[in-house]
Parts: sequence; C-alpha cells; structure tokens
Amino acid sequence: MDNQKIAINISGVTKQYRLGQIGGGTLTHDLQSWWAKVRGKDDPNTKIGAKHISGETLMALNCIDLTVYKGERVGIIGKNGAGKSTLLKLLCRVTAPTSGEIDIYGRITSMLEVGTGFHSEMTGRENIYMNGAILGMNKNEIDSKMQDIIEFSEVKEFIDTPVKRYSSGMFVKLAFSVAAHLDSEIMIMDEVLAVGDMAFQKKCLDKMNDVSRSQGRTILYVSHNMNTIRRLCDRCIVLDEGRVIFDGDVEKGIDIYLSDSRDKEIIKDRYLYDDSYRYLNWGSPDFRIMALEMRNTAIECSSKFTLKLDIKTTGDWHNVFFRFEITMINSIKVATMFSDKGVDFKKGDEKKIVFLLDTAHLTPAKYRVDIVAYVTDQVGEDHFIDGVYPGFVFQINDRINEHNSIVWHQQYWGAIHLQDVVIQEIN
Amino acid sequence: MNHSKLSSDNYHIHISARQKLFDLKLKEVWEYRDLIWMFTKRKFTVYYKQTILGPAWLLLSPLITGLIYAFVFGGIANINTEGVPGILFYLSGTAIWTFFSSSLMNNASAFTSNAHLFGKVYFPRLTVPIANVLSSAIDFCFHFVPVAVFLIYYILAGRVTPNWAALALLPVCLLHLGIMGLGFGIIISSLTTKYRDLSILIQFGVTLWMYATPVVYPLSMLEKGWMKTVLLINPATMPIEFFRYALLGQGTIDPFCLTVSWITTMMIALLGIIIFNKVERNFMDTV
Repeated sequence: MDNQKIAINISGVTKQYRLGQIGGGTLTHDLQSWWAKVRGKDDPNTKIGAKHISGETLMALNCIDLTVYKGERVGIIGKNGAGKSTLLKLLCRVTAPTSGEIDIYGRITSMLEVGTGFHSEMTGRENIYMNGAILGMNKNEIDSKMQDIIEFSEVKEFIDTPVKRYSSGMFVKLAFSVAAHLDSEIMIMDEVLAVGDMAFQKKCLDKMNDVSRSQGRTILYVSHNMNTIRRLCDRCIVLDEGRVIFDGDVEKGIDIYLSDSRDKEIIKDRYLYDDSYRYLNWGSPDFRIMALEMRNTAIECSSKFTLKLDIKTTGDWHNVFFRFEITMINSIKVATMFSDKGVDFKKGDEKKIVFLLDTAHLTPAKYRVDIVAYVTDQVGEDHFIDGVYPGFVFQINDRINEHNSIVWHQQYWGAIHLQDVVIQEIN
Repeated sequence: MNHSKLSSDNYHIHISARQKLFDLKLKEVWEYRDLIWMFTKRKFTVYYKQTILGPAWLLLSPLITGLIYAFVFGGIANINTEGVPGILFYLSGTAIWTFFSSSLMNNASAFTSNAHLFGKVYFPRLTVPIANVLSSAIDFCFHFVPVAVFLIYYILAGRVTPNWAALALLPVCLLHLGIMGLGFGIIISSLTTKYRDLSILIQFGVTLWMYATPVVYPLSMLEKGWMKTVLLINPATMPIEFFRYALLGQGTIDPFCLTVSWITTMMIALLGIIIFNKVERNFMDTV
C-alpha cells in the first residue's frame, strides 16, 4: 500500500441547508428579493442584523477538512444527522458543497443505495447492464464481467426473469454484485452491506476486504453497525453536528461514538430508578427495585465489588432471585451472574440488600449491567418480576496480574479472560 | 476509452462550490454514451411490457389521432389541405408534432421524475434528456410507418409527389426539432425543480403551441396579418413546414425564417444546458 498518494482531499467543505418548506410561498419572496436587487435596494427578506441567517439554515457539514490516502478503509460513524450521508453525497457529486473544495484522484463509485436504476419490468441481465452503465461502466466492461457478476449474485437461474418476480433478497444480491465488480479505485458505501442473509453479508464483507487489500482500493464506509466497521475499516472518523470530532484508530473512534450516543451510560455511583429504566408493562407493579448505591464504579486491582439495592414491595414474594446481565457498551451481551440464594419479601417491605459481585474474568473495559428480579416455578421456568435497564455502569481498569505485559485486544479476543490453561506435560 | 484500465492518475475530479458557467460537460456525456443508449432502450422496452399489442400501439395511436384530426379538422371544420389527401396530411402532421412535443414533455419532467436516480448516484445528467429525445425519435420511426404506407399508396395513385431532394434532409429536420424539444424541455425542467406550477401549465402550453404551429392546417391558409407573424416567429413552424414540403411536396419554406429558427434553437439549447448544469448541482436539496 502506498500511503503517500492522496485519494481524496477535502478542504473547508461546508454544506448548508435551508430549513422549512422550499417552494410554495417562496416565489413571492424570491421575486421581492430580486426586484429589490434590481432597484439596488436592500433585500426585504434578509433579517436585520443577521448576516448568517442561522435560524433558518442548517449546517449539515461545517468546515470539514479531511485527507484520505490510497488504500485506506475509512469508516465514518456518527449519530443521525451528524452529516455522514451529506458528506458521502458531496463526494458522490449528487449535490454540491456550499463552500470549500474537494479533490478526488481516481475513479469513484458510489453505492448510496443498491440497485439504483433497477427497473422491475426488466430482467436481471438487462438490469445488470442498466445498473452497470449508471455506475459508470461501458458495455464492453459489463460484458467481460457479466459471468462473474451472475456467479457472485447466486441468482443464476433467474437471470432472464423480470426482477419484479424476485424476492427482495435476490434483488439486493444481484444489485450488490454489480457494484462489487466495478473497477474503481474509490468506493463509497452507505450501509449497503446490510443486505441479504447472513451468509451473503459475510460474502460481501469478504469481497470488500479482498478488493481493498489485494488491489489497494480506497473505501469509505458509513454504517451504524460497529462490527462491520471493525471488520472492514482501518481508520475511523466520527462526525458530530457536521464536524469531525475524531479521526484515527477504529476502536477509539467506536468508543467515542458509543459513549457519546448513550447518555444513560455515564458512570454514576447512585441510581434512582424511575419508569424510564423499565420497559412498558413488564413485570409486576408490586415489586420495585427503587435505587442502587455502589462504592467503587471503577475497579482496578481487586475484582470484587459490592452494591446495595433498595427494594420496595406491595405484595408477598417468595424466593426472589436476582440476575445481573453484563453487556458491553456496544450492546453485545457478555455474561450473566445470578444471586446465590432467593430472598423472601412481605407486603410493605422496604429492604436494602447488599450484593458482592466478582468480575474476575472480565477484561478491562466499560460495562453496563441490567438487573433483573425473578422467581422460578416448579418446572424451572423463570418469571420476570422487575428489571432495570441499565442497572448500572462500571469500568474495569487495567489489571495488574502475572500477564501484565499483555494488552488485551477486546475486539479479537472477546470480553472474558478465562482462567489460564494448565500445561500438564511437556515431553 | 481509458475507463477499462485502472489508471487512477488520469482521473482527477475537482468539486468546488464555484462553477464555470460555460462548462457544458459534453465530453463526459460522450463517455457515457452507452448509458444514453441504455436509457433509451429501457424507456422503450418498459413502456410496452405487459401490454397485449406491445409495440403495435406505436402504430395504432398515431393512426387513431390522425383519423380523429382528419374527421374534426378535415371533415367538420373543412380545412383546405391544398390538394393533399386529408388522412396523409393529418397523419404526417401528428407524427412529426408528436416527436417534438414528446421530446419536450418528457424532458420537462426530467428532474422530477428521475429524482430517485439523481439523488443516489452521479452520472452526467444530460444523458437523460438526450435519451428522452432518442426514444421519441424511435417512437417517431414507428409513427412514420402508417404515414409511409399511405404515402406510397398516394404516390402510386399519382396524388402526391414528394420533394426527393428535401426528403434526403429529413434527418436534419428531425435533429432540428429534437434539439429544440430538448432545449425547451430542460429549461422547463430546471425551473420546475423549485416551482412545480410550470409543469402543470406546460400541458396547456404544448396544446396551445400546436395550434400556433401549422400542424392541423397548412401555413398557406393564413393571409398576412398578426397571426401569420406569430406563426413565423414560432421556431417550430419552419421545421414542420419543411417536413411536409419534403414528404408531400406541399408547403412554404422561407430560408430566412428557417435560419432564424435554427439560431433560436441553438441558443435555446445552449441556454438550456447551462441552466440544467447549474440546477443539477443542487437540485436534490430543493426537489
């Protein structure tokens, strides 16, 4: 990979949108403004004292500066409305920037949507020609790739059937296949990999990985799926309100994005659970986990910590167990812990229960814990009575142990560090 | 074409907030000529899929229109067609006018009806209007079949004599009307992205335009006067008269008016492309 060569250079790009309805009523305004300009008067529609009419416009992108080098696989993440799609639209030349300059070196393919230009009345083969031509291939190129495209799409036997008879899965498979076979140096994709069944998704990802690694193609990929970003990208850009707030390592970028996107996942040592922590109409209203208190929110050397739950009951409950479901901040469930015994409650009780949790096998990261109270019936089925989402958030900092020289790669190794394997014999 | 090789050094795209006014991007359009052809083909194949008569409609619809005109204008209004058999006069008029009006009408909605496509991927937008004109031209070829049948019949019967020299220039006449339809169409299309009113108005506009053009009556029918002046200013008058003159040997061609019509057409087309390219940059934000 030649990291010296620039693929995309974006400098000072701003994109402004006008808020509110466009057209309908604005003709009179436009005519007024125009007439005022013709007579050399001030525009009657400009707000007095406001040079940038910020009340009626939105800065979808606010002075973006970015350089992407050849062969980089850049993931772009951010909340809805952060400007991700706008950025891609500018790069794809679907719309023009309000100010700033963009330079693109190399052929560029945009996949803001799969199957652009597909017509339901035309056959699969006709649509390959159509779609390929729209994406910038000429007829000879398409002809030479036709066989590969059909093979990849897995819809060989339906290729001469109108696509309106296709299932939605077949449709997107065919559409993706065309785009995946383009000879462009830069590919721009907006969550298009989320197509087809799991097997096909994997195939798409592998294909993208393959073209980028073996042919040194540059990829810009926007997604909300952190796992695909992890698998595909080697650089991550986090956008927020039209600005680049992070640019660099993928894991760090994902961390910043995820910690930013969930307000409730701020580490606190005291929680009061109102209805916003509960799912609507779940559990029994006469059993309520009211509050939580904990001493340490960050666990360092010791793996054990205690927490206190306040519980209020307005009914009798016998043998209530507790379950602590541990989730990584990216919403992947990691492990679950159960209370070692059941607790009885009487009507009108207000109990404070202290729990001791052992997180010995969890690796350094930030975790979220959902607390669930349940009872078990004779056949072993558990019945949910109350749950808080999230119960609390805690952080395990780097532990010092005999493997202290190892940095734990959570994205590859997972969140659980099991006990060491014992080497019994060496011959 | 250097598309086929991975030679990234040749490709440099510069996107800027500012834009050159006279950058017509015609070279790029030429590079996408396969796409133009695909659009043309798509329009044609899709239109007649799942109809029983299929492309036969292309022969039937002008025939029906021609018969209605022959009945209304020839039969009831009794318009003098200068010795040309009525049915041939109206059929040929319908065929050529349909070519022009469909070039114009299809392009008048070029932006709005392709918004889904334009919003997702970049290709030279001008390919769509060009393909629209080409598909109108293909339709015209079909529309011409009944005209040709009647023409041959009446030639053999000795009732009409085409002007063979002018007939050879028929493609030029089609090109003339095609460019004109494209020019007017994309201007209207560019203006309708913001204000939709025009797209409703254009329906009446084109009908009105037809009556201001010698389609259902010969130009010679009008004496000197303001109506004749209007007709001669109308840039569509001369190419349509030329078409009839070539085909039926009837009509009046004024070389001065024809030249003016060509100049007007080229100016409209140039203006259209400039406006179109300007609107194209940002129309996704307003459409």
